[in-house]
Amino acid sequence: MATIEILGIEKRYGDTSVLKNVSLSVEDGEFLTLVGPSGCGKSTLLRIIAGLEAPDAGALRIADRDVAKDRPKQRNVAMVFQSYALYPHLTVLDNIVMPLRMRRLTAAQRFPLLGRWMPGTRRIEREIRAEAEQVASILGVEPLLARKPGQLSGGQRQRVALGRAMVRQPAVFLMDEPLSNLDAKLRVQMRSEIMALHRQIGATFVYVTHDQAEAMTMSDRVAVMMEGELLQVAAPEQLYSDPDDLRVAEMIGSPQINAVPVHALNRQLCLAWQLSQDTAVAAFRPENAIITRPADAMLNGTVAVSEHLGADVFVHVRLDGDAGTIVIRTDRTSPRHTAGTAVGVSVEGRHVLRFDAKKKRCRPSQDHGALVA
Amino acid sequence: MTALSSPRNAISAAGARPASASKQRGDRRGWLYSAPAVVTMGVLLFGPLLAVMLFSLTDWQLGQEQFSFIGARNFQELFADTVFWKSLRNTFLYVLLVVPGTVILGLIVAVLLESSNELKGLYRTAHFIPVMAATSAMAIVWGTMLHPTIGLFNHILYGLGYSGVSWLRDEHTALLALVLIGIWQGFGYAMVLFIAGLKAIPQNLYDAAEIDGADSVMDRMRLVVLPMIGPVLMFVMVVTAVRAFSVFDTVRVLTAGGPNYSTDVLLYRLNTESFDYLRTGYGAALTVVFLGIVIAITLLQAKIMDRRVHYS
Ligand SMILES: Nc1ncnc2c1ncn2[C@@H]1O[C@H](COP(=O)(O)OP(=O)(O)OP(=O)(O)O)[C@@H](O)[C@H]1O
Ligand SMILES: [Mg+2]
Repeated sequence: MATIEILGIEKRYGDTSVLKNVSLSVEDGEFLTLVGPSGCGKSTLLRIIAGLEAPDAGALRIADRDVAKDRPKQRNVAMVFQSYALYPHLTVLDNIVMPLRMRRLTAAQRFPLLGRWMPGTRRIEREIRAEAEQVASILGVEPLLARKPGQLSGGQRQRVALGRAMVRQPAVFLMDEPLSNLDAKLRVQMRSEIMALHRQIGATFVYVTHDQAEAMTMSDRVAVMMEGELLQVAAPEQLYSDPDDLRVAEMIGSPQINAVPVHALNRQLCLAWQLSQDTAVAAFRPENAIITRPADAMLNGTVAVSEHLGADVFVHVRLDGDAGTIVIRTDRTSPRHTAGTAVGVSVEGRHVLRFDAKKKRCRPSQDHGALVA
Repeated sequence: MTALSSPRNAISAAGARPASASKQRGDRRGWLYSAPAVVTMGVLLFGPLLAVMLFSLTDWQLGQEQFSFIGARNFQELFADTVFWKSLRNTFLYVLLVVPGTVILGLIVAVLLESSNELKGLYRTAHFIPVMAATSAMAIVWGTMLHPTIGLFNHILYGLGYSGVSWLRDEHTALLALVLIGIWQGFGYAMVLFIAGLKAIPQNLYDAAEIDGADSVMDRMRLVVLPMIGPVLMFVMVVTAVRAFSVFDTVRVLTAGGPNYSTDVLLYRLNTESFDYLRTGYGAALTVVFLGIVIAITLLQAKIMDRRVHYS
């Protein structure tokens, strides 16, 4: 059982606050992804869980045990780094066995040259080697065991780094953007390999990425971070359809969600969309908007550009009255919209998400309150 | 442009020409382009080397107008001379003590400096002063500090209740005192190179080592620091070794090879034979031996370097 409970973690570097009151609990065997823009504190949080960094405030429990004072070695966590962090002077085999060597052999048994003659060393070394070879065969790096990291491709290095993390069967896997140095094709392949690995070993995974596609496809739940705060933790579908925060809605989904300021909308539309008094922004997904004739619509604009991407066509429409530009997703069977044409846009009220001035979601209980007068 | 890089490229640039004619042309052009470098190297490096080797086979004395070739007689005399063997032994002893001393002290200070933040710049400069200071001037300061009656070291010993030592005038301590001065002189240079090497180690490797369970200082040293600064370590060892082999100023200023030849070293011997006794031919033979040793170290280094410390 390895749950992770993070309670009110704070971290500052000098004057800048990097993590602000972060609380999060990860279930045993869960695949949780931390996603957020660069510099939002994802790596810092991961390093705090690993014990590489100490928080300034807050509590951390792994497997129901307070680990605040534990060194990384005692926490039973493994970590995979973006840059792989393999030992360049050691062979693949020696890299993979290192965590076991450090744990199972005493300092005397690891002593250069002499250690081999200590009682028990050879037996333990043999066991360790067998385990490493088994891990290597799972990852398909068996033929590479005698090579040095410098002689491997990026994908192979990534697998070796995974192997080094797997070999001691940790309760918690921490991965910091493990795929970001790989090319697009390999990234997709490794993505499914990591998912398969997770199913196979059933450990708790905390996975950091700034690629929302990775986050959405791989995880049980996604935690969205921004500027050191956790905005929302939810299943991928829920994050997409039911975001708590405008910033979450904007980050998840491509093309980005359309956000229209309420002051740019006419009263009729506010009523039709049932916008409450405190709504500042109305937002809807590109696939939920339909292009109509200008006369039939409550939202009007001019086509700025049409992007043809094979099956999909993204039509960018500049709204009248300085309300910004929105994107509408249509398919190639629908009529072409050339730049400069005046069009109407229609969105059903049930597809509209309402956010207040602080970018927080206006929930239905409030939505049915006072309508815009 | 292609012709610039090497004769072979010149050939391929010539392309359609008959093979042998264009090859000749290309060869000649290649040599022409490398001529400045070849001539400079010849005049500045190989010329003097050749001259020394020739001198070592003669009985020439500085200032004399004639000399004759005497074959290997200088070398025979050299190898029969007990003072030469003593100076060779002293030199090796000096190197064997100074190199590890300098490297270990330099590395320890570098690691300590890198792991602390305060006054880093000041300490770094302070430790580098011995490297920049003129050796003979510093040797005089050391001479004063090691002086049997007025020296600081003996006053400390007196203070602790011991009797004093005539550091530089005692056969048993003179070389040791020179070794300490040698280490003091060289470790700042080693330290600066080590600091540069330490800075180049990615933080991720320390993190990985810590996660893997290598969290003691010794484990971190063995798993991350030493392997990662391997090339720097090798370089520092070779530079220090070559410098230690050419130790001269401190010997000259502080002990003049004494007492009883206990601090006589190769270069001091060379200096004495060539310039005090004006035996140029004999001195040249000594130089050849000296150069042989230094070249051997450098070659050995190149070999180990390629095999052990570059990992890809
Ligand atoms: N050792 C440090 N000293 C000072 N500031 C730091 C330190 N480490 C991180 N920071 C700052 O903390 C913030 C969060 O850093 P962190 O590495 O956690 O971001 P991240 O979300 O992982 O970003 P990325 O996606 O680029 O990896 C950044 O603004 C960074 O500049
Ligand atoms: Mg990061």
